[in-house]
Amino acid sequence: MDKINTGQHISHQFNIELEEIRNRVLEMGGLVEQQINNAIKSLVDGDTDLGQTVIQRDVKVNAAEVRLDEECCQILARRQPTASDLRLVVAVIKTITDLERIGDQAERIARMGLRLSEQERPKNGYHELQNLGEHVARMMHDTLDAFARTDTDSALRVAKEDLALDQEYDGVMRQSLTFMMEDPRMITRMLDVMWIARAIERIGDHAKNICEYIIYLVKGTNVRHTSLEDMEQELQE
Amino acid sequence: MSNTTLTNSAITDSADTVAEGPDSFPNEKECLKVDNLNLFYDQKQALFDVNLSIPEKRVSAFIGPSGCGKSTLLRCFNRMNDLVDNCRIEGSIQLHNEDIFAKGVNVADLRQKIGMVFQKPNPFPKSIYENVAYGLRLKGESNRRHIDEVVERSLKGAALWDEVKDRLHDSALGLSGGQQQRLVIARAIAIEPEVLLLDEPASALDPISTLKIEELIHELKENYTIVIVTHNMQQAARVSDYTAFLYMGQLIEFDDTNNIFTNPSKKQTEDYITGRYG
Repeated sequence: MDKINTGQHISHQFNIELEEIRNRVLEMGGLVEQQINNAIKSLVDGDTDLGQTVIQRDVKVNAAEVRLDEECCQILARRQPTASDLRLVVAVIKTITDLERIGDQAERIARMGLRLSEQERPKNGYHELQNLGEHVARMMHDTLDAFARTDTDSALRVAKEDLALDQEYDGVMRQSLTFMMEDPRMITRMLDVMWIARAIERIGDHAKNICEYIIYLVKGTNVRHTSLEDMEQELQE
Repeated sequence: MSNTTLTNSAITDSADTVAEGPDSFPNEKECLKVDNLNLFYDQKQALFDVNLSIPEKRVSAFIGPSGCGKSTLLRCFNRMNDLVDNCRIEGSIQLHNEDIFAKGVNVADLRQKIGMVFQKPNPFPKSIYENVAYGLRLKGESNRRHIDEVVERSLKGAALWDEVKDRLHDSALGLSGGQQQRLVIARAIAIEPEVLLLDEPASALDPISTLKIEELIHELKENYTIVIVTHNMQQAARVSDYTAFLYMGQLIEFDDTNNIFTNPSKKQTEDYITGRYG
């Protein structure tokens, strides 16, 4: 029972409903992924129009969450799903909460980007944030891929990747502090840089959460708040 | 007695043995134990090498599609299959380590220890009071005060007392279906059995009566071991502590109800409870 299969129910309608919430999560995920990419791009390029677009589109992300929430509630009330069907609905409810928060972080990055665009641009053009942002965007892409294919190995890889992201984040923080100490006039700008780095790091945590839901969906075991080694062990069983 | 033949020899190499969940539950006291049970109606085998252990003072539910053998298995526990012609049983069932098929076991005594309630309520065409007192009178009890006490206690135990206390001597047939079913349960517990077998006790009842029966089951497990057969999976999920899934005469999986309904270990169980094509 390693792969989750939403089909083959005697009730064809139930197949459709489960397939629909799965597709909607991927759709919402795609939107959120785009929001991250655009937020980073608007920041790095100083593109204020794109930044505004990101801020406006967050409404769409929120609406997607609300709609999926309702659909999941209806399935719970009307179908009383069990076993893997139940785990799918639970995983979806949890996943969309994290996706929505990722959306909020993307919006936050875009807002900071707008603020930074009013200031003098550094010579490196926020290179470190670009790297960090691209890193998390890749993680996000792999997370959605793992969700689509209910692939626990990929999910575990992304969860591990979050460690690398955290280290990169620490690097950005150290660098920012150094800049602040060297030149106090940089403090305001560097604080914004640090907030953005923090937002990106949080996105990584949310992606990791989603990967844990994928493992729960497939294996039925809750691997949250366990070490990566324990997670790996669980997947081997 | 029918021409049922019973052999207690353990069957070693009959049908393909199916590995199921834990054979017994470490934290539970064992009430009923089924060992290598095979059951045949004439040449047709209805149960294949069933092994399981029913924990004491817990609710165990049997689920599975029609004809999977769940009612047949339930009826083995108080030897109701003795009444079926050409029914042959191999293997053993033990109630607190005593073989219920052993020679010298008095079937009437056994059925007093293991009471049964059926799908359709079957009150006797007597008063409510006499229905509950019936078992005691059969045992020769004549102390009026004692019978009064037992009737009241049993009706309270079956959550029916408040509804009938003012009309104990009215005919039981005037009660609603749900009330009749609770009356039958009161009749069963009046003789203080150890085990209650419930064969689809709520399938002929409306949703509210069903909930009352389910609530009652929850209360009864304080004092009795309950085994319930149900077609309603949500009911099994609601009332039982342990769930067994049977399919084509084989026990596929028997495990904690929480596990069965969130993460069953067998694909056949998963397919059945999620409503997929097997």
